[in-house]
Amino acid sequence: MSAFVGKYAEELIKNAKYIATPGKGILAADESTGTIGKRLAGINVENIESNRQALRELLFTSPNALSFLSGVILFEETLYQKTSDGKPFVEVLQENNVIPGIKVDKGTVEIAGTNGETTTQGFDSLGARCQQYYKAGARFAKWRAVLKIGPNEPSELSIQQNAEGLARYSIICQENGLVPIVEPEVLTDGPHDIKKCAAVTETVLAAVYKALNDHHVLLEGTLLKPNMVTPGSDSPKVSPQVIAEYTVAALRRTVPPAVPGIVFLSGGQSEEEATLNLNAMNKLDVLKPWTLSFSFGRALQQSTLKTWGGKKENVGKGQQAFLLRCKANSDATLGKYTGGSAGGLASESLFVKGYKY
Amino acid sequence: MSCFISKYAEELAKNAAYIGTPGKGILAADESTGTIGKRLSSINVENVEDNRRALRELLFTTPGALQYLSGVILFEETLYQKASSGKPFVEILKEGGVLPGIKVDKGTVELNGTNGETFTQGLDGLAQRCQKYYEAGARFAKWRAVLKIAVNEPTELAIQENANGLAMYAAICQQCGLVPIVEPEILVDGPHDIKKCAEVTERVLAACYKALNDHHVMLEGTLLKPNMVTPGSESPKVAPEVIAEYTVRALQRTVPAAVPAIVFLSGGQSEEEATLNLNAMNKLKTKKPWSLSFSFGRALQQSTLKAWAGKEENVKKAQAALLVRCKANSEATLGTYKGDAQLGEGAAESLHVKDYKY
Repeated sequence: MSAFVGKYAEELIKNAKYIATPGKGILAADESTGTIGKRLAGINVENIESNRQALRELLFTSPNALSFLSGVILFEETLYQKTSDGKPFVEVLQENNVIPGIKVDKGTVEIAGTNGETTTQGFDSLGARCQQYYKAGARFAKWRAVLKIGPNEPSELSIQQNAEGLARYSIICQENGLVPIVEPEVLTDGPHDIKKCAAVTETVLAAVYKALNDHHVLLEGTLLKPNMVTPGSDSPKVSPQVIAEYTVAALRRTVPPAVPGIVFLSGGQSEEEATLNLNAMNKLDVLKPWTLSFSFGRALQQSTLKTWGGKKENVGKGQQAFLLRCKANSDATLGKYTGGSAGGLASESLFVKGYKY
Repeated sequence: MSCFISKYAEELAKNAAYIGTPGKGILAADESTGTIGKRLSSINVENVEDNRRALRELLFTTPGALQYLSGVILFEETLYQKASSGKPFVEILKEGGVLPGIKVDKGTVELNGTNGETFTQGLDGLAQRCQKYYEAGARFAKWRAVLKIAVNEPTELAIQENANGLAMYAAICQQCGLVPIVEPEILVDGPHDIKKCAEVTERVLAACYKALNDHHVMLEGTLLKPNMVTPGSESPKVAPEVIAEYTVRALQRTVPAAVPAIVFLSGGQSEEEATLNLNAMNKLKTKKPWSLSFSFGRALQQSTLKAWAGKEENVKKAQAALLVRCKANSEATLGTYKGDAQLGEGAAESLHVKDYKY
């Protein structure tokens, strides 16, 4: 094959396929210390380790929620944390058939000479780090590349750099037993319409899959985490049906059938929007050779965070809010979501202009 | 979209989907004058226009055959020829529910500095020619790019040039209403094994689809005509199931679902081999979001040619031979071929010619 078939090939394929199980999806709980600080600040909670641990414990021990998840992406700190009973989070997940994943990138840096475009860093000792994470129980990884739409953006340089970065990260992961989630996020920021987003998304995804092929990545052992195709944040909204049509058309034009699953990011969408859009895609009567699921961060945790407010007495209520979103999104992967599993919180836009993780 | 939506967009998508109708496939009857000359001389028939016309009339008027075909690729001369009844070939095909197609490339030329690698010419005035062909009734086109496997081949240069050529041709076709068949043929010549062929095929196809995206080609209005993934001609043969597995996997890794159909070339395979391999692919239980069919030249015409031998009194026999292969391949697109087609003389004969030049 042109793909590198290393000693982990079978395992990678099996794990990628499992993560793509219909009815399940990914909780992205890999906010870096800085980013989770912003979330905690939003509910007036101090950004200290025990609070970060308490939040993740709330999520991972939510009764019945884990049955709707096939994977959880963790930040490095969390990979080594335990519940208040002393049980490692990784074990809690594994016992509930949820595969632990790990964020391995080290954030974005600006590409000199561009208009604020970025590339993602994290290659130093990446192989060695992946080995460590594998030993700690991780079986998939995530690396976020970011592109933006502007009059002259994304530039060819930015597309090439980010595609190459994703490809290199992917092959290193596979060499070390981790299924790479390939995430080329095209930001929603801007006044552009949905057609522009579609054109850019298709161009970016085509470049990504060429790079993956160049780097001998085994597609059957990867997942894709793209943006949905939507109008820009400064542009009028459209219906979930329209988003579904443009998104699925873009994916059909670029993502080879060998990829087992596509797990969308939610970007700045509200919890309810993200779920409705995912549902519309799964209802679309068109041939889709990969499963369409979720890898949501904010869109799974927003109402949970607000309901919890950092207070022990609110944990149960917070967990119920979390279970609601997990089930809603699980239904959406099957095209069965009937809507309305939302409080006002679930409809709140989570868009932050120029959002920096 | 990143693709250019030409005014023909709906028609292109409709025609491409039609060509991919399960149970149907393409007869590649677009041999250039020189090439058809070789075929005719092998059955001792003179290479004059009337004989070329007679052969194609034999093929297109075979009772019952057209139902198994969704398209026929023609050479320019044939596009304007008629049956002895005076009816244009193009009309005969259309009435039989078969889309006429046209070969638009002008053959291969060597790439300087390479070890015999080539690129394909034909871009000059292509748009004007396509418009003319559309007016004459053509609705799809074909352009053959050729790559080879050897110690240092295919080179990155050959891959890039051929992918780029295919993409430019495809974009121009779509602007003129012709569905482009994208044909990046990797020759079977060589001692390499099936894994090597798979690796090269995946690399070449990935480059093709990147180029098609770069050139804003609308994939829903294209077809792919690849080689099957097989061992090299000097390497031991393998079972159809193995060919099917490697071929479909290579396609899953490179061909987006938006492409409605994949119509394989037969290369040097015998008629029966080609059919058995296609059948095995369609029986394979795995993800195949495009239909898998045929675009065969030699593998549809070999026994027909031999049975005809250029003689009027053999026309019915020859047509019967063609019908057998058309039906067999139709069944193969459905995975229902039982291998029981009455083999005409030569159906099991390898059609491989080393370093075959069209």
